Amino acid sequence: MYRYDDFDQTFVNERVEQFRDQVARRLSGELTEDEFKPLRLMNGLYLQLHAYMLRVAIPYGTLSSTQLRKLAEISRKYDRGYGHFTTRQNLQYNWPALKDTPDILAELATVEMHALQTSGNCIRNVTADQYAGVAAGEVDDPRIYAEVLRQWSSLHPEFSFLPRKFKIAITGCANDRAAIKVHDIGLVVVQNEAGETGFEFWVGGGLGRTPVIGKCINPFVAKRDLLSYTEAVLRVYNMLGRRDNMYKARIKILVNETGVEEFTRLVNEEWAEIREGYLELPEEEVQRIRAFFAPPAYEALEADPAEFMQKLDADPAFADWAHANLAPHKVSGYAIVNLSLKPIGGIPGDVTDSQMEAVAGLADQFSFGEIRATHEQNLTLPHVRQKDLYALWEALQALDLATPNVGLVSDIIACPGLDYCALANARSIPVAQMISDRFADLKRQHDIGPLKIKISGCINACGHHHVGHIGILGVDKKGTEFYQITLGGSAEEDAAVGQILGPAFGYDEVTDAVENVVNTYLELREGPGETFLQMVRRTGVTPFKEALYEAA
Amino acid sequence: MKLLKDGKPVSDDWTHLDDADPAPAAGGIIVSLARWREERDALLKRGQVGIRLKSDEAPAQIRDDLGHFGVIALEFPVYRDGRAFSYARLLRERFGYKGELRAVGNVLFDQLAFMHRCGFDTFEVQKDPDADRFAEALSTFSMRYQRAADDAPTALELRHKARRNVAQEGR
Repeated sequence: MYRYDDFDQTFVNERVEQFRDQVARRLSGELTEDEFKPLRLMNGLYLQLHAYMLRVAIPYGTLSSTQLRKLAEISRKYDRGYGHFTTRQNLQYNWPALKDTPDILAELATVEMHALQTSGNCIRNVTADQYAGVAAGEVDDPRIYAEVLRQWSSLHPEFSFLPRKFKIAITGCANDRAAIKVHDIGLVVVQNEAGETGFEFWVGGGLGRTPVIGKCINPFVAKRDLLSYTEAVLRVYNMLGRRDNMYKARIKILVNETGVEEFTRLVNEEWAEIREGYLELPEEEVQRIRAFFAPPAYEALEADPAEFMQKLDADPAFADWAHANLAPHKVSGYAIVNLSLKPIGGIPGDVTDSQMEAVAGLADQFSFGEIRATHEQNLTLPHVRQKDLYALWEALQALDLATPNVGLVSDIIACPGLDYCALANARSIPVAQMISDRFADLKRQHDIGPLKIKISGCINACGHHHVGHIGILGVDKKGTEFYQITLGGSAEEDAAVGQILGPAFGYDEVTDAVENVVNTYLELREGPGETFLQMVRRTGVTPFKEALYEAA
Repeated sequence: MKLLKDGKPVSDDWTHLDDADPAPAAGGIIVSLARWREERDALLKRGQVGIRLKSDEAPAQIRDDLGHFGVIALEFPVYRDGRAFSYARLLRERFGYKGELRAVGNVLFDQLAFMHRCGFDTFEVQKDPDADRFAEALSTFSMRYQRAADDAPTALELRHKARRNVAQEGR
């Protein structure tokens, strides 16, 4: 885990005091709500339908048990005893009082956390692969570079009033769990032929009204050039990005309207001016940060120990969980454990104060005190001994955090939707709950296999519906909620935008429609080896469309 | 409208001239880019001229003329339009402009520190300026993570300097 030094701590403390002054000026009436808005937004404070919402940054999704306990404590003390994990590895509190927010930030600062740049038209919290440092085949730990970018982007004087928000994601693996191709900048850590570490630079991806898969504008930017190249992209965007229409202001529109070749030329022209100089990333800083992410003191263990294998044989419920929720660890005898925040019929991503505290305890006991938040709104314990898995599973069951559905049909991403959000046109959470209930039978879920459903309550696409294997978009038609279904999207290395199936469905019909799509897949797949996504890519949407609309 | 310089309210020696208005015989005038282009020779002859760039007018267009201006005013039509932050850095860091660089338009108190770091040294503020508050805005943060036109060392530079010093003492 990265630890603050005096510079980092001083900076965050000073930021808290600055925000305290801003809130005081708002409460005294010196600042109008309009004037206060850009200030609070730069600190993750939104005004929602019913209350303020505070979005806390979890840089690159990595949390210590101490930090998670603090998040639990804050939720109990200042909120309603729960938090909500978002699709950008942040945590949201839905009910804080404005007057308390400076104190909440001060409490966060005591555990080296903040809410900097979790909203506003600035460089947002940098996200990363939740399996960073533990995935087999990783070129390098993406968190090192995410931390470099976190610091460089913090209150950047030039890039705090961009045309629109700017999101960066980074992965160190060819397997993309960080959805880098739907980010404004997506980075893949790669090695060139000389064995040097660098980055593939993907630019101009994004969801929202105009879903676009990013374009690779440079297949290898050397490590030392990370900041100069990023600054070149940001400067071109800040000067040329559209300011006349907020719906056309993201960098994806600039890249499309300029043309990727011309855009790349502009970036390279800018880069040539700043490449040699103070933006060069010194290797000693990389090494300093790398030391914080050194592997924990793993024991030398045999893979697949007998006590683990016996439990797999003896307890089918444990085996189901192990099948869905575990991922291979790069160290023999260890596993990566995913904690589902998607209990059947539950609210995706919500977690109570007592669950957070219990997870912190389990992390201390089983995972070197470390937790990860995933963009799919689950939690991960990154280093668990395989021989401890059964005990951990039993503990997680008691906490309702062991639903064996990670990557399956009920592991649904959903935005807060009309239950909380001022922008939403339709509810998302109850749709996720209905679908989850419909597929409650775990045997059926495992039979269906990998299937990602993603639900957004409006065109802004916070629920990533465009890149769901099944995407659901809530729309408003004359005051009534309708839901449009898309098929075949993906946020991974094979990123694609889903295709619209046909006319939208009413709130009461959408669950049936999803079930119909799933049944069509089960009927027409070339055996259980063909996943839902593979079949959609093989057949296109036609058979699904026929089954769905002809039946109606 | 008040002008802040070096953290203090100062009297403004410059007048923003509308394109339609004739230039007064004496005194500093700030003209638009369009007017500068049209009346360049006359303005050069007159002297005491500054220029005002709109947020879609990049300063590269006046790069060769920088020596003629007593002031360059960059416009923030709304606080959200942050193009002039980049323009200011280019003028200072790349084009070597040393004269007065003025922030005009929708200039908010809470942006002053960012503007200052990008190279602005005077500010037309809408609310009554308060010298103490200005100093406060600039000193809110005792450290920074990035280089900009203010040219102060970053946390990264300082921490490695400190480490190098420790290493040297250890020898």
